[in-house]
Parts: sequence; structure tokens; C-alpha cells
Amino acid sequence: MDSELVLELPTDVRSIEHAVEYVMRQCPRSECHPHRMSLNFRVGLTEALANAMLYGNGYDPTKRVRMEVLADEGVITARITDQGSGFDPAAVPDPTAPENLLKPGGRGLFLMRKLLDEVSFNAEGNCVTLVLRLESETSLEGGAPA
Amino acid sequence: MSFQVSKSGEVTVVEVEGQLIVGNRQELKQKVLEQLENGDRKFVIDFSNTGYIDSSGLGVLVSLSKKIREQGGELRLSRLNEDLRTLFELTKLDTLFKIADTKEQALEGF
Repeated sequence: MDSELVLELPTDVRSIEHAVEYVMRQCPRSECHPHRMSLNFRVGLTEALANAMLYGNGYDPTKRVRMEVLADEGVITARITDQGSGFDPAAVPDPTAPENLLKPGGRGLFLMRKLLDEVSFNAEGNCVTLVLRLESETSLEGGAPA
Repeated sequence: MSFQVSKSGEVTVVEVEGQLIVGNRQELKQKVLEQLENGDRKFVIDFSNTGYIDSSGLGVLVSLSKKIREQGGELRLSRLNEDLRTLFELTKLDTLFKIADTKEQALEGF
């Protein structure tokens, strides 16, 4: 991928799989850590898009999700922006806490933080930026601090 | 995603083919709940042909496990690939489910 890839998606969860597959085909492969693309990046991107559509745009089909992906010198950056009013990521509980383990939701943001090198939000809380370093020395589970 | 439902003795076996994700998770949930309402109590969901489960798919498995347990039953999982096992370990869901290497192992002692 030579330049930034920009996609505008409808709020339709059925579009996520196709959008992620398209991005994966455009992104470089990692010789040293192939799992960092096929698992870490794929999961992070999928979860960010799902969160944007479900919680950000609240399933509203009139709203859209913007995805910008840039691969540069072994670093892949993805920025996902929804048209919702944002949220406080610090308020999302730890889904691995014993009291939350049986709850059906709350694992998307957790997985992003676990699998990517950096996860950050804008002040409004409706735009998340994911960073993956392809040749990072961190392990499969090595991600951003929770 | 598609799935096939079969019976092995008293155990209902659901084989999932494709990805279990936010766009299709309700299909699996509805099918298993139908079987539960019909009186089935022992379930194995086999992921031999499943490449990926997202957090919504994990959530559906948690929800199904809870409902099945409430009815006195059990949900076991089998043949998660390496990536899927990693996701279960990260989210500590490997502590919630009995996860077998093969479908046959999942059926043993059920």
C-alpha cells in the first residue's frame, strides 16, 4: 500500500467482513510476525468498525463510518471515525474481571488494547486510532496498556 | 457462515463453517436456543471450519452457555484454531468453557 487508503462505510455490520478483507489485501505482509497482521490487526480493525457502527452510530443506517489506513515504514495506522456523540473509553469495565466474565459484551475494546501497540481516542470519543508495528518485538499478546 | 446441526446420542452437535461475527451471530444463537427449547441440554459447538470469531461472537457463546447452564445443561467447544485459542485465553473465556482438541474428545463423558 503506497498511500493512505480511505473507505466510507454504511452503518451495516454485514459490510465489516468485506471491508476488513479488502484492507488486509492492500496491507504489507510481515515476514517476521505474520500473526501480527492476520490476527492482531485484523481483530483490532474488525472490533473498531463494529464498535463504531453498534455503539457510535447506534445502528443508524443514515450514519457512516470513515476508515483511514496508512502503512509506512513497518507501521500500520488505522483511524476509525463514526458520527456518534462519542463515549468515555475509561468507563468500559474489564471484561476479564470475575464479575464481568459472564456478560456478553465489553470485549471489543479490550481485544483492541491487548492486540495493538497503541490505541487512542480523540477527546470527543468518536474516533479511535490503532497502531501496529509489524516488526515489533512484543509478543502476540503484547498490546497497548489497558 | 453456515452451520450443520446433528445429534450424537443425547448431544446436539453444531458445526460452524465460516466466521462467527457481529453480522451473523444471531443465526447461531437462534438455532441453539430453538434446540434448547425443544429439550436439548447437551451441546458441542465445533469450530473445525471457523477462521475467526469476533467479540460479538464470543459474547453469543457466553450468552448461550449461561442460558444452557440455567436449564441444567452444558455447552462445550471443540477444535478452535490457534488464533481462536489466543482470543479465548486473552479474554479468559478458556476458564468458562470446556474446550476440546477434537469433537470426539468433547463428546467423551458427556
